[in-house]
Amino acid sequence: MSTVSTPTRSGSRSATPPAGLPRLIPTPLATDLASHLTHFGPVRPSRDLHGLLSQVGDAGLRGRGGAGFPTATKLAAVARSAGRRSLLGRRTPVVVANGTEGEPASVKDVTLLSYAPHLVLDGMAVAAAALGADEAVLCVDRRHNGLFSSLACALAERADLDPIPIRLAAAPSRYITGEESALVHWLNGGDARPTSVPPRPFERGVADRPTLVDNVETLAQMALIARFGAAWWRSVGSPEDPGSFLVTITDGRRVPAVFEVASGRRLSTLLQHAGIAPTTPVLVGGYFGSWLSPEQAAAVSLTRTDLARFGASLGCGVIAALPDTVCPLREVARVARWLGTQTAGQCGPCVHGLPAIASTVEALGRADVGHRADAELRRLMPLVSGRGGCKMPDGAIRFVASAVEVFRDHIEDHRHGVCGRLDVRPVLPVPSADGAWR
Amino acid sequence: MSIRIVLDPIACDGHGVCAELFPEGITLDDWGYPILREGDVPAHLERHARRAASACPSLALKIRRTGA
Repeated sequence: MSTVSTPTRSGSRSATPPAGLPRLIPTPLATDLASHLTHFGPVRPSRDLHGLLSQVGDAGLRGRGGAGFPTATKLAAVARSAGRRSLLGRRTPVVVANGTEGEPASVKDVTLLSYAPHLVLDGMAVAAAALGADEAVLCVDRRHNGLFSSLACALAERADLDPIPIRLAAAPSRYITGEESALVHWLNGGDARPTSVPPRPFERGVADRPTLVDNVETLAQMALIARFGAAWWRSVGSPEDPGSFLVTITDGRRVPAVFEVASGRRLSTLLQHAGIAPTTPVLVGGYFGSWLSPEQAAAVSLTRTDLARFGASLGCGVIAALPDTVCPLREVARVARWLGTQTAGQCGPCVHGLPAIASTVEALGRADVGHRADAELRRLMPLVSGRGGCKMPDGAIRFVASAVEVFRDHIEDHRHGVCGRLDVRPVLPVPSADGAWR
Repeated sequence: MSIRIVLDPIACDGHGVCAELFPEGITLDDWGYPILREGDVPAHLERHARRAASACPSLALKIRRTGA
């Protein structure tokens, strides 16, 4: 635990760095600009790109949107691409904060934007200044009506502080909207569907310019690193996964809870904190994540290597415990069917494969065709995996494949006409698609 | 210098012409979309691979040179 306040790179004396957790969303809340600055101290966005790169690199920050890509590498790629001469002329970078959070069970990004908007905006300002960007966009799912007015107020409060204007964009409510090439395509006036890569957004993004697309929590973490330095930032968490993470914990029965945790925590301890008995199967990482059996969930710690033992990763931070009164097969089949409706409709294997996989999942528990469905599912999964333009089919298959392993016994019970799970209230949310791609 | 076929799955509309022209390297899945054999195209089949790529109505196949 760091208690010594060190001057930031820009030379300003910072507020005392928060000791322990939570860091991102302080208690009491510091939502308005004045209390935000009192709590966190000022941040001076600096044009010193190498300073930011070494801080973020030393911190070991990884993206918090799901893929876990090293943030410094991404920043450097945008900067390199901007430095390259181009026939299109000057290529001033663009910063996009991705707060679309299309993962239905996740509420951590919307929670962060509600309670600590200025930390996210600080991160955007820091990244934009270092990259020399002249445009910054904060994208939020348009279904969050109320959030836009509070974010507009936050932006108005700090209009004099930010080196460049930040604008808000109300993105289409779709599972795939947050995929970075889809988001960039939409910002360029197209559908929120993934595009062929390369070029990736860091090469050619918004208005064909080098574009940094970072999750909003990633940017908030960057704002903390820019203020308090890499050593402080690494003072929580494990050496391989330093820092803190926001997670959403749900069991479908109470309001989803958002926790800020350090990696290395035991999953069972975290569930108990959320008031959930750690004796049930747990979905880790959302609908592109993996199911853990009760035994695995009890044994696992939240580090990348420990989760990888079970083929899992924290992904977007969704942790969903399935109450043992609920039929897992019904939940899995419902989500698999929904995922089939969320394809962007572009790649044949995804368009046809995901619904076909959903149909086999629905048939798994039947006495007559269950075994055939099982064999068909095992044929289809490798046939579809890896064959999309984006990673959507791979994620959906990971979800289904882990479910089939973890719920093998229950599926067998179904084939003998036994389920016994009487609670039919859904646990895993599946929003209705509003159909809009723009 | 060898070549390899690269597929853009977003551009591909599943016409299936490629599998007709280059069955040694391309098969079709349940829905008529191409599955590419991994690795470099054997030298004696390069002509067929190039023909398949240039015949794609969706321009979804590209030929890439590889170092080997």
